[in-house]
Order: sequence, then structure tokens, then C-alpha cells
Amino acid sequence: MRRSVLAVPLAVMVSPAWLFGAGTVSGKVTYTGTPAKQKTIDMSKEPSCAKQHATPITTETVVSGANNALGNVVVYVSAGAPDESSAPAQAVTFTQKGCQYIPHVLAMRTGQELKVVNDDQTSHNIHPLAKVNHEWNKSQPPGTPPLSEKFDKEEFVPVKCNVHPWMRGYFAVLKTSHYAITADNGSFSLPNLPPGKYTITAWQEDYGTQTQDVTVSGSETETVDFSFKAKLY
Amino acid sequence: MRGLMGKLFAVILVVIALASAIPIVTHTWYGSAIRLSPPPDISTHGHAIDEQLSETMIEAGLSFLAAQLVLALFVWKFADRKGDTQIRTFPGGAKVMVIAALVLVGSEILALGVLSQKAWANVYFKPAAPDALQIQAQAGQFAFYFRYPGSDGKFGALHPDKIDEGNSNFFGLDPANDVESRDDIVTGELAVPVNREVLLLMHAKDVGHSFYVRELRIQQDFVPGLDLSVHFTATTTGKYEIVCTQLCGLGHYNMKAYLNVMSQEDFDHWMKQKASEQ
Amino acid sequence: MSEVVALAAAEHSIGHDVAQHHAPPQGFIRKHIFSLDHKVIGKQYYALALVAVFIGMALSWVMRIHLVWPNAPIPGLRFLSKTGAPGGIVTPEYYLSLMTMHGTLMVFFVLTNAPFAAFGNYFLPIQIGAEDMAFPRFNMMSFWTTFLAFCILTAAFFVPDGPPISGWTSYAPLSAVGSDAGPGEGFGQTLWALSIFVFCIASLLGSLNFIATTLDLRTKGMTLSRMPICTWAWFITSCIALLAFAVLMPACLLLILDRVAGTSFFIPAGLVVSDRLQPHSGGSPLLWQHLFWFFGHPEVYIAILPAMGIVSHVLVNSMRRPLLSYRVVIYCMMAIGFLSYMVWGHHMFISGMNPFSSLLFSFPTLLITIPATIMTLIWLGSLYGSKLRITAASLFALGFISMFVSGGVSGFFLAQPSIDIYLHATTFVVGHFHMVMGVAAIFGIFAGTYFWFPKMTGRMMSEKLGKLHFWLTFVGTYCIFMPFHYLGLAGNVRRYAVLVDDYLIPLIPVHRFITIAALFTGAAQFIFLYNLIQSRFWGEAAPANPWECTSLEWSMPSPPPFDNFGGKHPVVYRDPYQYGVNGSKGDFVMQDSPEVVKA
Repeated sequence: MRRSVLAVPLAVMVSPAWLFGAGTVSGKVTYTGTPAKQKTIDMSKEPSCAKQHATPITTETVVSGANNALGNVVVYVSAGAPDESSAPAQAVTFTQKGCQYIPHVLAMRTGQELKVVNDDQTSHNIHPLAKVNHEWNKSQPPGTPPLSEKFDKEEFVPVKCNVHPWMRGYFAVLKTSHYAITADNGSFSLPNLPPGKYTITAWQEDYGTQTQDVTVSGSETETVDFSFKAKLY
Repeated sequence: MRGLMGKLFAVILVVIALASAIPIVTHTWYGSAIRLSPPPDISTHGHAIDEQLSETMIEAGLSFLAAQLVLALFVWKFADRKGDTQIRTFPGGAKVMVIAALVLVGSEILALGVLSQKAWANVYFKPAAPDALQIQAQAGQFAFYFRYPGSDGKFGALHPDKIDEGNSNFFGLDPANDVESRDDIVTGELAVPVNREVLLLMHAKDVGHSFYVRELRIQQDFVPGLDLSVHFTATTTGKYEIVCTQLCGLGHYNMKAYLNVMSQEDFDHWMKQKASEQ
Repeated sequence: MSEVVALAAAEHSIGHDVAQHHAPPQGFIRKHIFSLDHKVIGKQYYALALVAVFIGMALSWVMRIHLVWPNAPIPGLRFLSKTGAPGGIVTPEYYLSLMTMHGTLMVFFVLTNAPFAAFGNYFLPIQIGAEDMAFPRFNMMSFWTTFLAFCILTAAFFVPDGPPISGWTSYAPLSAVGSDAGPGEGFGQTLWALSIFVFCIASLLGSLNFIATTLDLRTKGMTLSRMPICTWAWFITSCIALLAFAVLMPACLLLILDRVAGTSFFIPAGLVVSDRLQPHSGGSPLLWQHLFWFFGHPEVYIAILPAMGIVSHVLVNSMRRPLLSYRVVIYCMMAIGFLSYMVWGHHMFISGMNPFSSLLFSFPTLLITIPATIMTLIWLGSLYGSKLRITAASLFALGFISMFVSGGVSGFFLAQPSIDIYLHATTFVVGHFHMVMGVAAIFGIFAGTYFWFPKMTGRMMSEKLGKLHFWLTFVGTYCIFMPFHYLGLAGNVRRYAVLVDDYLIPLIPVHRFITIAALFTGAAQFIFLYNLIQSRFWGEAAPANPWECTSLEWSMPSPPPFDNFGGKHPVVYRDPYQYGVNGSKGDFVMQDSPEVVKA
């Protein structure tokens, strides 16, 4: 089951890039081998959600596309980025709808406001399993206002709902504003990078992380591709 | 009027006693269609429990009414009497009361105690038939999951450290290394064929839970660390709610699954469908 | 017969000349705060119970309102807890916290405190003719330790993770694994266990005191068989309490250790809670249940026996005649106390313990009906031919009989394991225990309050308001708790924060009826509170013996002087139930009156 994913980073900043010229790092993330079959989710215990899906949804652990493309991969500059300004004022939104997290992977800056919305008729219990950041666990009855939270440290945080065990999402809390999430065509683009040496990291929730170094000189586009080894089980 | 308060007490008590009896007798809430009695029994062992319940209701109901009415009568008659009336003693005094209690309650206890044993034994002392359909049930905050052994007829081993709910691995199976797990069928719904004995093998993933199906007249706690089981035979097709009755955390109220009793043909079809979804 | 002969013919009693002749207390702190006087301590327990019961009641209103109007914000609640009630809407975990605190406050700080510690402390020494309790310092400590326990418990409302959510029964491993089990299972749960641990210490001190006082400090002529029934009830209750709380205390300690010290008394291996494999092994959840209910069952008799004693005392006085048999009633109370230790497994019929044990526990559970029935029949039989005076106190005593029958009868169902398969954990159980504890025992407290208020304060309560309070409460509590039984028969499961299951939706109108009844009945309690406060400061002056009662407390001024009997030892000549006789003062003779009475 493919799902389209919000893949556009929200930060727009004033950077030295326009002074010195800004390059771009872009590429594709693919996999080799056979990924595990995505399992159908049985929502029979929550009829108000089950009826929102004409056909039952599947797990989203591996989102794959044509030509072995890998979606939902977070690609970001993990080293070498110029000093970032403070987190953008605009919040990112994490929605619970049809007993699913939308988006499945949500990227945000450290210190950026996160709004959690419950669009369902049932209570959800949002539990980010943070290890580095402060772990919290809050109920959100239907019809209550959005929760407003933020994370202060860089971390990939799995998110679960205790009430509906099949719900799984991730917060990619990043120090940098140079990040992208691949759509199911596997491609990403990191623009506005001033000339310099950078480390690019790709993170997939099941396959782990990979890094590559790249040098940007001027305003051309550098290509960096990632390939993950798929796991059958 | 002399003794007004006493008479008022008596009248109100009688009204309360009779009003309390109405929903028991009519099985509904006053003047409505809301059913206030156990739903029809769909099990093979349940009728003994229902009989027990009816017998107890009659005896308890009569005792309740008798006691409240006697209390009302005595307060009516003896409250705030004139100053010079004589005090009388209940004929027989305390001795009669002790004997009455021993005889009435004693016989009730014997009757119900003896009868009760059989109904209990049917559920707990009779072992499951050797060819009962074995289904595993796991209770964890806040859902029930069920596992069928698949075509090899064997359940793969459980590894709590491999539980990965985001990946639908609720039981902690290891198909990479355990061959028996590869064909196991995990579902959120308990489907059973009608008129076939089912042996439900129960274990808890995290804290205490309980398995309750009103129509089946079955309730059994899941206790972490203990492998427990219940067996039953469902006699009527349909969908019935399985609800958790042991307080297990914030989602306790929303912890349920459906028991789906189907014909053997429908059940086989369902199993094929579920196998393809694994 | 001369009085000397009469006295010689009486059974020899243990009268001690050694009394604690403490000097009158000086200073505000000694007189009213850290007082050694059992009467002040009794009033302090009563005041604590009063605060606890209004908090507990308010919690139940929030619970009931939330259940039937889940989308309506409750005004002001979001200030008490921002995470628990965002926008004033109760989250599921907050509902469970309110429920846990409601049960804990009511069972421990109201039902163990008021009928037993409050009235017992005040009246036991007086009724046996003593100057004070055997150990006044222990007595003071036991109140302040109870108060400390109360403070620790209420602190749980204000910790970030909130109060615990595991119910007053606090089953492991939910209560033992810590905050992985979810919101509400953080520090608040540890505070709960600590609070109850401290409460146990206080109860043990109190029980020791009651037992020693009853056995050793009875005045001349006060043989055991001349003690008022309520004194016997307090004495038997303290014997039960001594054993019961002695088991709960280590159980709470083990729970705390599992939570903070990494032990595994109640936690087996291999548990995965909130995606985390718990680092425990070897423990047993059933161990907690056994320890808890070994205390828990006697605890409910600790709650009801004093009420039975108070009700018997008030009834005899109101009926102007003794009960059909004093001895039988005492033996029944002892039998209930003894049997109460053999039935704890009836809370665990389907818990996974050996099903044969379930049958074994069922037998004494059914058997305990016998002494309870005997007592009820004796109360009823004593009403026959009596000259019953209707007062606020006697109305509550009569109401107690009605409620005790109602609650007892539903116990009959639950005592049978096969029926319990269907009714366990339904609201049928909730109806049952509220009828016996939440109503009958409370009616005992009310009866005691209306009866003894004049003695304790020197002022009369308003009888009019008292009667109004009775009518509203009597009808109101039936309206609240009878429907729980019907819902239970329909299989309505208890402890649900929201009613979402298919079979529950049609039952919601019944829940609405219960909520409205609860709100009205709760409002009626403010009549009682108003009456208490108004009478305390502006009530009519009370004579020494407004109810023409025979026991020793009525032979002293209202309120009694600090040393009760003015430094003298009263002498007791007869049992406390000489009514319907030609006494010099009327149709009764006081226990300490030496007059010779013609039958």
C-alpha cells in the first residue's frame, strides 16, 4: 500500500546561501532484496475507526514504490550545516484520524511547536517513547483541543497509542532545518546549502541509518543516493 | 396525627421495596424497552448458571421483600405509641430467631451450595475434549489478540522481547528462526465454528486482564505469569462482545474484541482469508 | 434487697483503682491540637472523616457527571489538573484516578475512621467507666499518624503523574511495574502505598489501645456482660483490625519495594509493558491479591460492626426495651468477626487460583449469612411490641436495617462461584458493597451523630432538619444504588471510564437516572453539614440525658469534663438495657444507679 507523504521541509531561512550561492544535494533512496510484507491491520475492536476505511489499511513500516524506491525515509544534514536560527514559529501537526497517525513520519526542529490533533470519535493516548527527550504520555478524548508540545533534543522518537496498539508513528526531531522525507518515489532534495563539506544521513524506521559525505561547491546539484538492505522478516 | 413519622417510614419503605422488585420481575427498566437481565445464553454450560441465578433470585427476592415488609409493618404498628401501652415480647423470643435463621438460611445454603457445585464443576473441573479447537488468546494493554496454529497445527514459540506492535507482531513470534510460527494466523477477532468445542489458551502480555463474554456465561482472569485456559462450545452464530473486566489501565474501558461464531463453512473461508493477510 | 447485697450478688468485675490521673490540659495546643484526651481525639477523627467524606463525595459527582455527559466540560476541573482534565473534560486515566481516590478515602478515612476511631475513641472509655484510654499518648499518636497518612494520600493529587489509577484494590502488576503501565502509575501510586502503610501503623496503635482499655480499665461492676453492645462492637472490631492491618502493612511495603527497589514480589518474568521488557522475575500477582483480600475482607466487617453496635444501642434506647437477646447478638458479632477471616477468596473466584479453593471459600461466605440473619431477625423481633420513639437517630437506625438487608441479600448471589462467573466485576458488585458500606455503615455514622451530638457538644441538633436529611438520603440512596444491581444483571462491567461498548449504549438512560439521584442525594448532605455547624455554635442547650438513655455517658454533663467522671470511679450496678421498668426517673434505670427496681 502506498501512501503519499508530506515531503516538504517547512523552514525558510535567511542564510548566507544567497550571498555565496547555494547548492543542492538531492538523490534517491532505494532498497535491495525483498522487504517484509506489510500486514493488514485488524481494527475490529474500534468500529468507529474501522468503518472509515473501505479496505483495511496495512502497516507502514516499509513504504515502497516503483523501481525499489523507499518512501518515508528521513534524509538530513547531520554535520557541517551552518549555524541554524531558532526553530520556526509555525507548528507542525500530527493528526490521529481513522486510528492512524498522519503523517506516519513527522519531522520537526528541536524547539518547534508540535500540535497533536484528535480527529476521531474515540479517545487516543499519545505516547512518544522518547529516550533522550522527556518521555510523556497523554490522553486526548474526542473533541478536546489539540495538544501543544515540543522536543528540545535531537532524537528519532517512536510514537504509540496505548489504546490502539497497531498505531505507530515517528517524530524525527532534528537540529537542522535541512531535512526532507522521501515520497514513495524515493527522491529527496536538500536545497540552499552554502559551499562546504556536509554529512548526509538517511534514516529508515526499520533499516536503521546510513551516512555519506558530500562536498558542495557553488550552486550546482550534488547527487547522493542511499540503498538499504531490506529484511524479509 | 400520632405516629405520623413512623407510618410515613412504613409507607415509603413498602413503596421502595415494591419498586425495587419491578425491574427484577419485568426484566426491564421502568416503562422502557431497556433490558436489565442476562442476554440469551449461547453456551452449552450456561443453563446451569442461569438456573442457579433464577433460584437465588427467588430466594433472595422473597427474603428481601419479607424483611422490608416486616420492618415496615412493625414500625407502622409500634412507632410513637401511647405512653401507657404495654411492652410485649415477640413470641418465642431470641430462640425462635436463632432457629429460624439456622433453618431458613441453613437450608438455602445447603441447596444453593450443593447445586452451585455442579454448575461450577461443569466449567472448571471438566477437562476440554482432546479434539477441541485450540486458539491462543493474549491480553495486553488495550486489545485482545488471538492466534490460530495454521496448517501445521502447531503454535510457534513466543518471544516477549520480539514483540513489535507497529509491525503487527503482537505475540512476539520469530518466523525468521521458528518454522512453526510462519503459518500462524494472528487476528484481532475471535472466530469460532458453531457447536464445536474451543479451548482458549490464555496469557497476559503486561498486566492483569480478564475475558468476559456475557452470552457465553464465561469470565476468566488473565494473570501475568500464569498460563490459564477456558473451554466452551458456542451454540448460536452471531457476533458477541468480548470485554475486559480486570482494571488494566487507562484504556480498560475500550479493551474489547468480537467473538464471531460462524458455521463451519464460513469459518473455513474466514481462516483462508486471514491466512492470506498475514 | 439492700444495694449492698445486690452488689455482692453481681458478678465480680475487674475494677482498677489505677487510673491515669493526668492534670487538666493547659494551653491551646495541648487542649485542642496535641491532646491526650480521648474525647478530643475522637472529635479529631470525626472531623477528618467529615473532610474525607465530602472530598470523596465530590469525586463521585465528577465521576458520575463524566460518565453520562462525557463531552461536557466540568467547570473548574482544569485548574485542578491540566493534563487530567484538559479543557475541563476528564481523560480516562483521570477518571480512574478519581475512582481510586474515592474508594481509598471512603474505605480508609471515612468508614474505618468515623464509626470506629471517632465514636469508639470518644465513648468506649466513658461507657466502661474509665477516665481515658489505657495509652493516651499512643492514642494521640494514632490520630496524628492517620492525619499524616491523609496528607500523603492527598499529595498524590498534586504530583505531575497524577493520583494512581489502579483502584483502592491496587492490583499488581499494574500497580507494581511503575510508570510504564501508563499515566497515573507514577509517583502517585508510591504515595498511595506509603499512605496506606502509615495508616496501618495508626490503626494498629488504635486497636491495641481499644483492646487494652476494654480488658483492663472497666470500672467497678462493669463486667464484660454489662458493656453496651456498641462497646462490644468496638472491642471485637479492634481484635479484627489488629490482625487485618498487620497483613496490609507488609503488603504495602512489598509493593513499594517492587516499585522503587527492583524487587519482584508481585511481578513475574517476561512482561512487556508499553514496549518495554520489564526487568523483573519470579513474582506472583496472585500473592498481592491474597495479601490484600486477607486484609480487605475483614476490613469491610471493620466498617460494618461498629455501625451495627451503634444502631443496636440507638434502637434499644428508641424502642424503650432491650433486644430479644443481648448475648446472642454479641455471639453473632464474634462469629462474624471470626468467619470474616475465612472468606477472602470470594474476591478471587475467577482469579486463576485453584478452582477447588473457590468452592472452599464459598462455604464460609454463605455461612456468614447466618449470624447476620440472626442479628437482623433480633432487631426486627425486638421492634415487635416496643414503644418505638421516632427521632432522627432512630430513623437512621431503622434505615440501617433496611439497607443492611438490601446489601446483604445481593451478597448471597456473589457468594456462589458459578453465579460469580457472570456477576464478577459488574456493577452488581458495586451496588452490593455500596449498599452495605456506602449506605448502611454511613447510616450508622449518622445515627451515632444525631444520638451523641448533644453529649459531645452540649447542644441539640435540629430534629426537623435531621428528619428531612433522613428522608432525602434514604430515598436518594435507594435510587442511586438499586439500579446498579439491575445494570449488573445486564452484565454492565465496572470501572469503565467511558461507556462505549455496544451493549452499554442502551443502558445509558439508567446511568443518567443514577447520576441525577447521586447529585440530589449529595446536595442533601449539605443539610446535615449545615445542621452540624449551626447546632454546634447556636443550637439549643442540651440536657444531660435528652434521650433517657441508660449507659454511663448519659450520667455526666454535656459535654463531659476533661476527666470524665471527675476523678471518681463510677460504680455499675446493672446492664445497660434496663428499659420498660419502673425507674425513679421514668421507664428506664441508668447503669450507675443503685436504686432497687421492681420488675
